[in-house]
Amino acid sequence: MRISLFITCYNDALFPETGKAVVKVLERLGHEIEFRPEQTCCGQMHWNTGYLREAVPIIRHFVKVYQGAETVVVPSSSCVAMMRDHYVKAAEMDGDAKLVADVEALLPRVYEFSEFLVRGLGVEDVGASYPHKVTYHASCHSMRSLHLGDIPIRLLKKVRGLALQPIQDIQECCGFGGTFAIKNADVSSAMLADKVRNVLNTGAEVCTAVDNSCLMHLYGSLHRQRTFVKTAHLAEILASGYGEAVGA
Amino acid sequence: MSEVEVREIAWNTRDFPEAAKDLLENSQTRRNVRHATNVIQGKRNKVAAELPDWEDLREAGSEVRAHALRHLDYYLTQFEEKCTKAGGHVHWASDAAEANRIILGLVQKHEAKEVIKIKTMTSEEVGLNAHLEKNGVRPIETDLAELIIQLGKDRPSHFVAPALHVNRQQVRAMFQREMNLPDLGEEPEDLATAARSYLREKFLRVKVAVSGGNFLIADTGGLCILESEGNGRMCLTLPDVLISIVGIEKVIPSFRDLEIFLQTVPRSATGERMNPYNSVWTGVHPGDGPKEFHVVLLDNGRSPILADKEASQTLKCVRCAACLNACPVYHQTGGHAYESVYAGPIGAILTPQLNSMEQGRSLPYASSLCGACYEVCPVKINIPEVLIHLRGKVVREDQATLGGKLGLWNIGMQAAAFLFKDSDRLAMAERVGRVGQKVFVSKNGFIEALPLMLSGWTQTRDLKAMPAQSFREWWAKERGATKGNAAKDNNG
Repeated sequence: MRISLFITCYNDALFPETGKAVVKVLERLGHEIEFRPEQTCCGQMHWNTGYLREAVPIIRHFVKVYQGAETVVVPSSSCVAMMRDHYVKAAEMDGDAKLVADVEALLPRVYEFSEFLVRGLGVEDVGASYPHKVTYHASCHSMRSLHLGDIPIRLLKKVRGLALQPIQDIQECCGFGGTFAIKNADVSSAMLADKVRNVLNTGAEVCTAVDNSCLMHLYGSLHRQRTFVKTAHLAEILASGYGEAVGA
Repeated sequence: MSEVEVREIAWNTRDFPEAAKDLLENSQTRRNVRHATNVIQGKRNKVAAELPDWEDLREAGSEVRAHALRHLDYYLTQFEEKCTKAGGHVHWASDAAEANRIILGLVQKHEAKEVIKIKTMTSEEVGLNAHLEKNGVRPIETDLAELIIQLGKDRPSHFVAPALHVNRQQVRAMFQREMNLPDLGEEPEDLATAARSYLREKFLRVKVAVSGGNFLIADTGGLCILESEGNGRMCLTLPDVLISIVGIEKVIPSFRDLEIFLQTVPRSATGERMNPYNSVWTGVHPGDGPKEFHVVLLDNGRSPILADKEASQTLKCVRCAACLNACPVYHQTGGHAYESVYAGPIGAILTPQLNSMEQGRSLPYASSLCGACYEVCPVKINIPEVLIHLRGKVVREDQATLGGKLGLWNIGMQAAAFLFKDSDRLAMAERVGRVGQKVFVSKNGFIEALPLMLSGWTQTRDLKAMPAQSFREWWAKERGATKGNAAKDNNG
């Protein structure tokens, strides 16, 4: 299958390793990856902060870039949630019937990364090996918008050597919320403090998620507190240790 | 006990972030809120899961409420007709002042100096107690939590459990002081007994009661109230005159619709399978209950909300407060940070709309958009969607002013929108950012302090510096794709 990677704006600039990991995992499963360099952003930051009109050209650009794509894979559940929950509404708000139609035609071919592996490809074991204690942070959009359920957990359980540490209050938001973290920095920090305490209580060495936005937030505090806990996107874990797995 | 002092309710004087910052300092309140919301939320999740058709009930509740709102004129007129026929009196109040005037007029007509009250947030919304007190009428709250609020000269912080932010040690101290009971214990039974003896005599003496209402029932002209303590039943049956103040949106088409809400509302509100007291009354009946019954139908900013296609779902709310108990923001701050009668996620969308967006403009931003509120709402109000819609209004209104246009947020967002329209611009900005960030990056490779509004991030969080190579640069170098190839390949 020819898969088009939408890396997302913040992964492009801040977390290129996640993109490389997605490429590695999907290529290893025998798929062809393309990267359309015209891509930019999904428009979520503008839309969620209330800059609705400003988000529309960004959405239009996204739709134009991926119009002919067979399958689009996105290593960020909140960006996919932005598309599924708001793109049609945004296009309607703009009164652009063609954009509405284009969005509706494109969206069924857009997947979040872990969702694509399990629901799209029917793969749970990607042959990875990662001998670490890991806890999984369920991001709000992955749970409540994409309804990923236990998909990421199933993928993690198939990783050799990985010891999954369950976290308390998994349903609670980490307090990132995009510009919320800045506009309501104090409340956001209080929410983060609770989440970080729960992460630390698991005894995990690594906290993973399907969104680097949450992980950036969590790691911001984990590093500020000089803990030893690291964060890694799910794709990076799934891309680990192929050598051993192949030999096994 | 001293006479209750006149108190002015000054809501919406501070923005949410500022009020929240203060509340975050109050460790006792935060612990009380955390404990109470955990208990209610835990019970709610358990009893909601018991019903195999829970999601269908949510959908049905949503449909019924949406239908009633679409035909509000019809159902309100029907309610008025049926209620009047049953011997009730229906009054229409376009705003808080009119509602207060009508209610005070009725109280004065009966020469009452006191009224007993069932918990009603609608009366809090219009500031009824203060208005009555100013005019020499003493309102006596009979709901335990509202009594605690009244005696403590406090504000409700939750519209199902108004005193959720207070713990029983604090209640005991207040009762000891206000009821002159120095030896009062702190067990729930002790406190309930004290409140019961304090109130019992008032139920028997006071001739006028004021209530709110959970549902106006259009096809019977009846009113429905769900409560836990039985004080409501006392207020609804003992006094000669009963005055109910109810928002116009609370109407449901038919008595049969209660089948849905009597399953979903108690489970959502208090985690009970049904409320201990479910009262439905219709007009007046000789020799049974109040001799005179009045309903004040309150608009007070609701009609304009109906006209807003994106936001009218706000009015489906049945005030169960499940969204408050589920909200991670509310968990941290409690209700007072919202500076509104209606706190939590629903308050964040209802308050600014009731105030024509003139007050509570910071409230639509008081959410991380995590969606926990929408997930539990028994009438499926998509609160995150409405929050974003209201943020859009705030931004547009802001952009209409010179200060807003030249504000840092607007300039930043316009600049970002400009970059996101073109990948060359974005790639250039990434390169500029990598150079520009050097001023802020510490030796350990992290940004530990940022200026202006970005300092909100670094007050508690480090930020990893941008790496030397973006993903798009890596791809171009390793895979050598040039712009336009992908699209061409795809066509070929």
